[in-house]
Amino acid sequence: MAIDSIIPPAVPGAASAPRRVLPGFGLSLGYTVFYLVLIVLVPLSATLAKTATLSWPRFWSAVTSARVLASYRLSFGASLCGALINAVFGLVVAWTLVRCRFPGRRLVDSLVDLPFALPTAVAGIALTSLYASNGWIGQWLEPLGIRAAYTPLGVTIALTFIGLPFVVRTVQPILEDLDTQFEQAARSLGASRWQTFRRVVFPEIWPALLTGFALAFARGLGEYGSVVFISGNMPMRTEITPLLIITKLEQYDYAGATAIAVVMLAASFSLLLLINLLQRWTSSRHVLV
Amino acid sequence: MSIEAKQIVKRFGGFTALDGVSVRIETGELMALLGPSGSGKTTLLRIIAGLEGADAGTLDFFGQDATRLAIRDRQVGFVFQHYALFRHMTIFHNVAFGLQVRPRGTRPDKAAIRDKVRELLRLVQLEGLEDRYPAQISGGQRQRVALARALAIEPRVLLLDEPFGALDAKVRKELRRWIRKLHDDLGITTVFVTHDQEEALEIADRVVVMNKARIEQIGTPAEVYNHPASAFVCGFLGDVNVLPTTGSVSAFIRPHDIDVLKAPDGAESKAGVVKSVRAVGAAVRLGVLLDGSAEPLEVALPGGQQDGAAFRPGEGVFLRFRRTQTFADGARNGS
Repeated sequence: MAIDSIIPPAVPGAASAPRRVLPGFGLSLGYTVFYLVLIVLVPLSATLAKTATLSWPRFWSAVTSARVLASYRLSFGASLCGALINAVFGLVVAWTLVRCRFPGRRLVDSLVDLPFALPTAVAGIALTSLYASNGWIGQWLEPLGIRAAYTPLGVTIALTFIGLPFVVRTVQPILEDLDTQFEQAARSLGASRWQTFRRVVFPEIWPALLTGFALAFARGLGEYGSVVFISGNMPMRTEITPLLIITKLEQYDYAGATAIAVVMLAASFSLLLLINLLQRWTSSRHVLV
Repeated sequence: MSIEAKQIVKRFGGFTALDGVSVRIETGELMALLGPSGSGKTTLLRIIAGLEGADAGTLDFFGQDATRLAIRDRQVGFVFQHYALFRHMTIFHNVAFGLQVRPRGTRPDKAAIRDKVRELLRLVQLEGLEDRYPAQISGGQRQRVALARALAIEPRVLLLDEPFGALDAKVRKELRRWIRKLHDDLGITTVFVTHDQEEALEIADRVVVMNKARIEQIGTPAEVYNHPASAFVCGFLGDVNVLPTTGSVSAFIRPHDIDVLKAPDGAESKAGVVKSVRAVGAAVRLGVLLDGSAEPLEVALPGGQQDGAAFRPGEGVFLRFRRTQTFADGARNGS
């Protein structure tokens, strides 16, 4: 039967084409590599080179001292919590902005970018005064036995604030492109609202959500300005890794500082790589056209 | 009677999509909603489905007032114009979706779902494609997956929005005959939307001709084609020549309702000149300019090629009108 004929597989890349249709491939690839080397790889390799001046035992003790280990726990833990919170509530915000029409929507939409634009120190000071035990929010948390400022909770709050735009801005365009007919189809087939979200909408936005989560998480790991005010910077308790690096630099322990930086770098890079692979794996299965 | 819409009104902002539309859909029939774009046909289909709510009017669904009934509870099989297949699911899971989302109490077990999906894929002639994704199959196959998915919930009525709109001409023709056959085999009440009069006339039991938010005429294909209720219906269905008239009437004649004569036949026939002879396949069409008119009339020759050979451009001929259709302007009946 004629209509049974199958669409031929997508053109298998430029490899089989005798000549590329788009010009300037060599130039643009060369430029990309040069730019990445200049902007990203050179500074990072400088970090590695400095670290290499340490002997292995000294490196090991620098990156595994109790104070440093505590800071890893806080930095990774709080960043992870902040990114997870943002994944949930950022999705809600993106959904509301895309699907709901309400007065002031554009205003709310531009508010989302504020954590990008605000100097991080300003954000840090503002958050600290809000969550301090006599602050607007802190005074209501205090009677409940919750202390936000100068605790890991405060660090998480700051990192959540910083990470929000990443999730909203990556999920929003995907939601905008997602035709409501998929949801209508699911509803007409008898799916509940929750089933429609979980089985139809969520798989579509999952790769973008994962990207937003990864970006928020990565940003949280490197964040310094907004955290140092609200954390109180107590060694072993509320000291984040970037602060520890600054502290070492101030003590002229450059090699020690770069050693910690290398560990952070390696950990962040492997996590981002993992998330990228996970995303590729989940999205490559169906999106062929 | 399975579905009855009464005096349905629907507005989108300042635009009136449906202006007091009433229609009855009989159990087991295949009905076409036919009209140009913007006539309100898709809106009517979506209101029947429950995808849109009507601003006024009532909808009776198998004896139940469905005006406020959610789409989920209507048990309608809706096939979207662009199919709306779930692209992250295989064909199997697309078709199984309606069964898998049922509440635990009424959900068939896994084996039963698998059997049902296999049976549906056999019905739409797509066996063996269970593990493909929608992006890996052709447009015609996607259309049939969408149909199988809609049939899986055992709908009380099947609603198709421009079911052949996104397909190329050859696949369209095959698929529409196939859908007619499927309808006859299953006996399920079916309503489809189209802007293609040929499609509607070929497969529907009854055609609802719509124009500008209103129904112009409802009838069998033969009724609406041979006895159009309005100038719009006459002009919209098939080829038609507009005849010059005086006063507030419009007159039409179909190309095959004109005889071409070599010699005058009393006062009935009108003199003219052959302007063009076009042979398209078996059919031959003449363009004839009547004396005193500006536009040539299109005439279809019943004998095809053989008759066509008898005429040359520039030749003088006489036309005899077998059947003209005249409508008072602005008249609207049949709804």
